[in-house]
Amino acid sequence: MRLSGAQIIVESLLREGVEVIFGFPGGVILPIYDVLYDSPLKHILVRHEQAAAHAADGYARATGKVGVCLVTSGPGATNVVTGVATAYMDSIPVVIITGQVPTPMIGNDSFQEADIVGITRPCTKHSYLVKEVKDLASTLREAFHIASTGRPGPVLVDVPKDVILSDATFHYPEKVYIRSYNPTYNGHPGQILKAARAVVKAKRPIIYVGGGVIHAGASEELLRLANLVHAPVTTTLMGLGAFPQDSPLSLGMLGMHGAWYTNTAVSSTDLILAVGARFDDRVTGKVEEFAPGASIVHIDIDPAAISKNVRVDIPVVGDAKKVLSQLIEALEALPERPNLKERRQWLKQIQEWKRMHPLTYEQSGRVIKPQFVVEEISRLTKGDAIITTEVGQSQMWTAQFYQFLRPRSFLSSGGLGTMGYGFPAAVGAQVAFPGRLVIDIAGDGSFQMNLQELATVVQYGLPVKVAILNNRYLGMIRQWQELFFGRRYSHSELVGTPDFVRLAEAYGAVGLRATTPEEVRPVLKKAFSIPKPVIIDFRVDPEECVFPMVPAGASIKDMLLGKPAKEPRRLLRSVK
Amino acid sequence: MRHTISILVENRFGVLSRVSGLFSGRGFNIESLSVGETQEPSISRMTIVVQGDDLIVEQIKKQLNKLIDVIKVIDLTGEEFVERELILVKVNAEPGVRAEVLRIADIFRAKVVDVTPKSYTLECTGDESKVNAFLELLKPYGIQEVARTGKVAIARGRKVGAKAEKEPMKKLTGKVVGFRE
Repeated sequence: MRLSGAQIIVESLLREGVEVIFGFPGGVILPIYDVLYDSPLKHILVRHEQAAAHAADGYARATGKVGVCLVTSGPGATNVVTGVATAYMDSIPVVIITGQVPTPMIGNDSFQEADIVGITRPCTKHSYLVKEVKDLASTLREAFHIASTGRPGPVLVDVPKDVILSDATFHYPEKVYIRSYNPTYNGHPGQILKAARAVVKAKRPIIYVGGGVIHAGASEELLRLANLVHAPVTTTLMGLGAFPQDSPLSLGMLGMHGAWYTNTAVSSTDLILAVGARFDDRVTGKVEEFAPGASIVHIDIDPAAISKNVRVDIPVVGDAKKVLSQLIEALEALPERPNLKERRQWLKQIQEWKRMHPLTYEQSGRVIKPQFVVEEISRLTKGDAIITTEVGQSQMWTAQFYQFLRPRSFLSSGGLGTMGYGFPAAVGAQVAFPGRLVIDIAGDGSFQMNLQELATVVQYGLPVKVAILNNRYLGMIRQWQELFFGRRYSHSELVGTPDFVRLAEAYGAVGLRATTPEEVRPVLKKAFSIPKPVIIDFRVDPEECVFPMVPAGASIKDMLLGKPAKEPRRLLRSVK
Repeated sequence: MRHTISILVENRFGVLSRVSGLFSGRGFNIESLSVGETQEPSISRMTIVVQGDDLIVEQIKKQLNKLIDVIKVIDLTGEEFVERELILVKVNAEPGVRAEVLRIADIFRAKVVDVTPKSYTLECTGDESKVNAFLELLKPYGIQEVARTGKVAIARGRKVGAKAEKEPMKKLTGKVVGFRE
């Protein structure tokens, strides 16, 4: 069957099981849009290409499938770079199809030309420039394979206009074999045995879990393991939801804004079992002082992540789900058992620490505290909603005060920390799950970065809820300026912010507002019951800060628990 | 410490860019780089010399392995290997010293590839120390221009290359990235 390049692209996507793509038309990809006009492949028109990339990313995080976004050449392609880098840093499987000027015109500074393969080379897992239409189908097959296997990541496919317009015989390859790409899934049995013995012998073990557990779908195995060895579990920002936070073994998030008791436990442990996490600087603080005296077992599918920042004693390369199963088998087969008395003592000590310094904030009857809004959302949704966040204080409070119970319920830009990610990601998640409640917890600064997507949610009737923690500042920036720059609020005050209620109504969505603590719950309940997109403007206390906080470059043992000026006794609470 | 790394890559456009981009993006300094086809035309060999301590070079090798187009990464440092580079030198050869310049070329088994009344262009191959010595001895005569290739290197003894890519990736990973086993 002879098909045009445009038809090959659409047909290949359908063969890959893609149901929906996110995109924005443009000159060179018009032929593809012509094919989409009467194709079963669903297409969501966004209002900025960056949002197309974030939506594909949110779709991928929510479903585990490969997200797809389609944009044109030149400015269309450069507009997705932030989205591609976001997906790269968090290892999200997306395929980005960009149009390109015709092959004879490449390199000629043509109209709407950009060397997008060159520009995204450092932030894609791989990329292709398809020069001949006969290679188009196999390239897409390879792209999907690379994006979704091993350590997932974004793959960019650049298709020139003449390739889109030429014909070829369509053949979609069944198998794909890349001789230079062969990820390891099964762990080495010898290493696993070593790891099992180390876990049994440990007196105060901690399981440290990252996004890799969610990518692998290993939550069940993780729960079984934690219960089997009586070890507490802490997750990174990317791992939130991998372990149910209502379990007594859950320690919540660790690192720069982790709870005091979590960082204290991590600093006192003698064995860290790391699964699908990369010892990022937000987690370790000053690397030289991270978890002194602890042995480290590191399970990861990417060998390059092992011993990159922190010396690892027992590395195991493999897929989290497979390796955790193998580990559980090995543990059950071992004659030695963990010392239950020691474990119970360790867990008791952790309970004591939780009691001493829980995650807390000063309640108020007059002004809405942003943490209170997050808590109310958590109580009302009972962990059933899909929560996306922007970046900054709103993101950290969500990570601290929302109780996550299941994987793929928390979509947040961790690695790159992209403001403006949450709203379009919520679009992607809502498209994936039209029946579920999807909430973007945003700051007033972040929301304004991609607010044009209000048109998208109205066009497609996506009942996304946006809870704006409106403090009239770029919150996290203001916090750092307050704590470390003598309250010199340099360009962090947001003046000229629109009335969000009227803005929502201008787009045809619903706008609600809450200005007192009593209004929070009724407004939320009302928003959740309206089957339309709703923006909620929560007027929150502008001077709240995220605590605990590990100052940049400090050890995670040294956490700020409150503002030094206000509460001089509660300065740096170091672990002895 | 200096490491000589030999990489087998898919012979596709953009691969060189990816590999060098990897180095510059992470702040690793490439001392020399050369690339060319192997006996299997779809595979090229890149030889890179990089300066760094063991931990950094370990990371470099792991990151190289991650690249989709990289088939195999071989750290030749510490193993027995043959290393060569080629240099073309245009050196002053005024009447009166021409014979001496030719004698130096002879000692180093260099060839004369160009002659003018005032200069010779000499071609010399050898390992780094030989080529450096050759240059040093020519300096007093006045060197006009130098064009020097990067190093190429190949392991001694058993043949590494065409057979290698048929080995399963798992074995290669175990050998190359140096886990503490």
